Amino acid sequence: MLGIKRSDLPLDNDAHSRFLPWLIAFMVFLAVLAIGGILVLNATAARWDQGVGGTLTVQIAATEDPARDQNNLQEVLNVIAAASGIERYVIIEEEHMMTLLEPWLGSSANVNDLPLPKLIDVGLADEAQFDLKDFTRTLQARVPDATVDDHRIWLQRLVNLIRTVEFIAMAILVFIALATMGTVIFTTRTGLSIHKEAIEVLHLIGAQDSYIAGQFAARAMMLGLKGGLIGMALGLPALYLVGSLAESLEEAALPDLSFGPIEWAIFAIIPLCVAGLAMTTARSTVLRSLARML
Amino acid sequence: MSGLSKGSIARFENVGLRYGLGPEVLQDVTFSLAPGSFHFLVGESGAGKSSLLKLMYLALKPSRGLISLFGSDIATTPRPKFPALRCKIGVVFQEFRLLGHLSTFDNVALPLRVAGIKEADVTRHVTELLEWVGLKDHMKSRPPTLSGGQQQRVSIARAVIARPKLLLADEPTGNVDDTMALRLMHLFEELNRLGTTIVVATHNMALVDRLGHPVMRLDEGSLSMIAGSGNKSPAREWRESRESVQAVVPPRRTRIDDDLDDADPPGIENFL
Ligand SMILES: Nc1ncnc2c1ncn2[C@@H]1O[C@H](COP(=O)(O)OP(=O)(O)OP(=O)(O)O)[C@@H](O)[C@H]1O
Ligand SMILES: [Mg+2]
Repeated sequence: MLGIKRSDLPLDNDAHSRFLPWLIAFMVFLAVLAIGGILVLNATAARWDQGVGGTLTVQIAATEDPARDQNNLQEVLNVIAAASGIERYVIIEEEHMMTLLEPWLGSSANVNDLPLPKLIDVGLADEAQFDLKDFTRTLQARVPDATVDDHRIWLQRLVNLIRTVEFIAMAILVFIALATMGTVIFTTRTGLSIHKEAIEVLHLIGAQDSYIAGQFAARAMMLGLKGGLIGMALGLPALYLVGSLAESLEEAALPDLSFGPIEWAIFAIIPLCVAGLAMTTARSTVLRSLARML
Repeated sequence: MSGLSKGSIARFENVGLRYGLGPEVLQDVTFSLAPGSFHFLVGESGAGKSSLLKLMYLALKPSRGLISLFGSDIATTPRPKFPALRCKIGVVFQEFRLLGHLSTFDNVALPLRVAGIKEADVTRHVTELLEWVGLKDHMKSRPPTLSGGQQQRVSIARAVIARPKLLLADEPTGNVDDTMALRLMHLFEELNRLGTTIVVATHNMALVDRLGHPVMRLDEGSLSMIAGSGNKSPAREWRESRESVQAVVPPRRTRIDDDLDDADPPGIENFL
């Protein structure tokens, strides 16, 4: 009915609209990268938010006096045991600390001579139940050599950074959508003026505006779909390439670039969204300019 | 005056038209077309015949005056209602205005498709009509590859395919020989017999004389009505309500049916 299979206007032959799929393909390519970025950052931020948010580290500075060190440790463990909301705690063993320090100090260093602090990793059961201020105050009063390292400030900054980058990516998506709409509007307007005579005849024959708009919309939808698929075909391999490069770094701190079914579904509907956007844009452009005709 | 408007297909009252800031090309045009009437519209080149028809098929708005079509005043009719009015009007444009990229068939099918007719019916009607106007062998041709007379017939076929209530033909026989002209006029008369109101603008006075329908005459933008000689003259009310300005003596209507009856392919009755 909308003339998808049959068109009264020779829109298929318009030279000016041939570049449209390629422009849209480029936009979709950028959109795929931006959306890929957003998905990765979102997942990372979410993981960090809950992953490290529920832990804190108590650090006891080493003193010259081993007996005092021993006493400090016992005292800290008592405080931890007395506090509510703590699920578990682990004293980080010296060997583990050595391996963590090795990249900086080298394996040859005689680390046994270093005054290593004692680290206790504390896992919180329920952050709401746990009173950080109270815990810190008690600990400082009873063990002046101990400090509490709450990861939250550092993490908050990281998460803020991620959210900002995410916001920028969203803004880029909006600009991409606007640029796509602008291109479709321009193409449609050009088509309207090229086919002015035929459109007038259609009008005089009794065609509704929607009949004419439908032909432009159907055409724009096909071009949008074509562009969307080309853009996807280029964008997904690019995203995959970035992902495998990141994986080869074997760095745990890097975001995880493997997508689940939901993410893939989001990518799959991009061409459809672009086709829909092109269609509605063309349609409203035609309707608006026809409304000015008699 | 109010008597005129009753049940009229098209009614003009003191209509004036000017293009841009130019002079008025139509002045104080007043008339009413009764349902089922058949008029010729004559006048010298540049007298305003096409302009008058353009006002009737809603391609132009008048500079002043009142136009009502099928009982609705077009000045107060909202734009979305125009397509429904235009669907009831068939137009043969003076310059054909066929869509060059579409085949003859698709050009003629356009009004039916615009009206949402089923494709099977479209095919049947269009094929029959094209056969009747002698373009059966050119159904797939594009208009630019047709002769002037063939294009004219395509444009006539497009105008009548949807059985309009009002048929406006601007110089519809300018490019065909006399036999084809009569044949096309016969098609118009068949439509007219079935209820279509018809206005034919023409320079062909021989045709006007021969058919004997009432005449609307434009003279430098002013309209006068001249009663026809035909026995089915529907413009009797005009004879009574308006004085005939010019004493043009219309000749007797001759019988054209004899020339044409044999030539009719059987399809036309089904179509009409
Ligand atoms: N689009 C236009 N812009 C300006 N003037 C126009 C326009 N169309 C027609 N005119 C003028 O209006 C007048 C009437 O033109 P119109 O085409 O109605 O004449 P016509 O009777 O149909 O002539 P013809 O028999 O040659 O077809 C002419 O003087 C013409 O110059
Ligand atoms: Mg003319």
